[in-house]
Amino acid sequence: MKPIIEVEKVSKKFQIQHQQAAYLSLRDKLSTLFRPATVKEEFWALSDVSFTVQRGESLGIIGRNGAGKSTLLKILSRITPPTQGKITARGRIASLLEVGTGFHQELTGRENIFMNGSILGMRNSEIKARFDEIVDFSGTENFLDTPLKHYSSGMQLRLAFAVAAHLEPEILIVDEVLAVGDGEFQKKCMKKMEDVTDQGRTILFVSHSLPSLKALCKTGLLLNKGHVIKAGAIEDVIDQYTSYQTVTDKITDSIKYYLPYIHVHDVLLNNSNSSSLIVKDSKLHIFVDIEIKKRITFELDVHIKKDEQILASYSNFVRNEVSMYDPGRYQFSYTIDLPSMRSGKYKIDLVFTEPFSSWMGISESSIDLEIINSEHHTFLSNTSLRWGSVLLDGEVSRKP
Amino acid sequence: MSSTKDSVERQYEEIVIEPANRFGINLRELWQYHELFYFFTWRDIKVKYKQTILGILWVMLQPLMMMLVFTFFFRSVVEAENTLGMSYTVFVFSGVLLWTFFTSAVTNSGNSMVLNAPIIKKIYFPRVIIPISSILAALLDLGVTLILFVLYLIIFHVPFDFLSFLVFWPLSLLLSIVGAVGLGCGLSALMVKYRDFRFVIPFALQLAFFLTPIVYPLSQTSQIWFLKYIFALNPMYGAITMFRMPLTSAPVDATLVLISVFSSLLMLVVGIGYFKKTEIYFADLA
Repeated sequence: MKPIIEVEKVSKKFQIQHQQAAYLSLRDKLSTLFRPATVKEEFWALSDVSFTVQRGESLGIIGRNGAGKSTLLKILSRITPPTQGKITARGRIASLLEVGTGFHQELTGRENIFMNGSILGMRNSEIKARFDEIVDFSGTENFLDTPLKHYSSGMQLRLAFAVAAHLEPEILIVDEVLAVGDGEFQKKCMKKMEDVTDQGRTILFVSHSLPSLKALCKTGLLLNKGHVIKAGAIEDVIDQYTSYQTVTDKITDSIKYYLPYIHVHDVLLNNSNSSSLIVKDSKLHIFVDIEIKKRITFELDVHIKKDEQILASYSNFVRNEVSMYDPGRYQFSYTIDLPSMRSGKYKIDLVFTEPFSSWMGISESSIDLEIINSEHHTFLSNTSLRWGSVLLDGEVSRKP
Repeated sequence: MSSTKDSVERQYEEIVIEPANRFGINLRELWQYHELFYFFTWRDIKVKYKQTILGILWVMLQPLMMMLVFTFFFRSVVEAENTLGMSYTVFVFSGVLLWTFFTSAVTNSGNSMVLNAPIIKKIYFPRVIIPISSILAALLDLGVTLILFVLYLIIFHVPFDFLSFLVFWPLSLLLSIVGAVGLGCGLSALMVKYRDFRFVIPFALQLAFFLTPIVYPLSQTSQIWFLKYIFALNPMYGAITMFRMPLTSAPVDATLVLISVFSSLLMLVVGIGYFKKTEIYFADLA
């Protein structure tokens, strides 16, 4: 049976125009007045992407921001053309790249349901047939005849998703639209998407939520900087994705939500960006390069953990090193002497906290740490807890 | 409706997505999305008159005001014999009626792609539906004013050739629509890439107003012999001339009208051609 989607060597090029902002002199300014100096840069959002999707498959597309996921979806949705390559689709495609496409604030809820449904590709008869279900799903029954501008953003979102959820295309493409909305609503949406796959339809799902991807998708596609890194079973792809992430990626992802006014430029552990670290000499060197956007007090703690227990930590707070920082760019270099520890697998948590704020933002990121201590007997299995993790140094003398 | 299982296994036509441009209009696809024409037009009209008290009355006010102003001030300037045997009021009314449609059709469809940029960037449907819906909305406004015009003709017992009316009014409307669609689609595509046209359109239409026989007949400017052929290139020349034919017994230069027809057909082909050629890049540019 022919695959429902065949993507063959698709590439997409964008031309980015940089407008020269800095003027060196009045003469330069005058000369660029009539010919605005723009530098064009070519940017390949996708390069040679190829994969196939079988009918009924649920494919999760993963990748860092900027990997090309949204561009790929846009090409599949025929919103933008590929620069090279070809895609063959054997079924009706409906895309949910944004909820509420076509919503107009002056129209009522009822009118918007029809408008939005029609834009998404539903026939008038289909919308009429499913109207009650849609209203029921969205929970906006009492407000159907009020203009949309009087709805709260949550209600608009629920209405938008309710319409989209009742599409019945052969191929459904969903782009991270579930990132908004409360937990209850997200559960509803996930359930609806599961129904879609149960009915034998094909889904392409882009998300950063690894649990959602694992629950909904059977196969995965990992993209990075426009290239396909891996395609296969969803668990394998997710594993590759998490190991692929650098330390900076992990910290940026987590800090984005909890401490949005800290921008992470770079984080290096023992001069490496990798999210798994091997330490042989009991020395841990951490380099953090961040930019603070707001005047805050923050601390950066380092926890060494084993099995979710914090064994040891370096804490600004405990050491009275918490300070107030003005907006600006800062670089911190931590040199930490680890005690003699048993060889084995641990975790390092880098914890950014705002200790005195009412919001108490905390961002924790785990990095895999493997300690190799060649001084000790290698016979010891690292799963045995008998001697603890920290091995005390000392000397024994005896008589005689 | 067949069960889900059946519809999933049914053979569907292949959609091939490629860098190449599709030139022709896919009529089958347009029919598939035909309800969207209705929704976009309905949305435009609804939104225009929402929260207004006068609502649809505003549609009639503009041509009425134009007619009153011009009749009042220009009647003495333009001699009665020159207005093709009809009263100056009727002459102006008939011209203004169609011109208002043409202006709003071209302006609104010209701006339509840029205004709908958010939707275009997020979802696929045949893009040509957008400018054409604006023209359909303007057509509806024209319908309302036409009723007013016919009422005027009846109330004031204006002489009227019914046969001529049956032939030439539909032709005149068709010509206006063809011209508007060609210009509207072409301009809407140009606007996406070159925002300058936002300023060019009102200016050009203003200029064209004086070069079309709306408030004065153009035969008065016959010093340069070929000038009338240039004026005839304007689709509205033919449209307005044909529209007035049931109201006058004056002879009409058929050559000029034919030039107008060919000109607007050319505009249609070029306008839609340019639109189709560039439509796949709209989402990137808008």
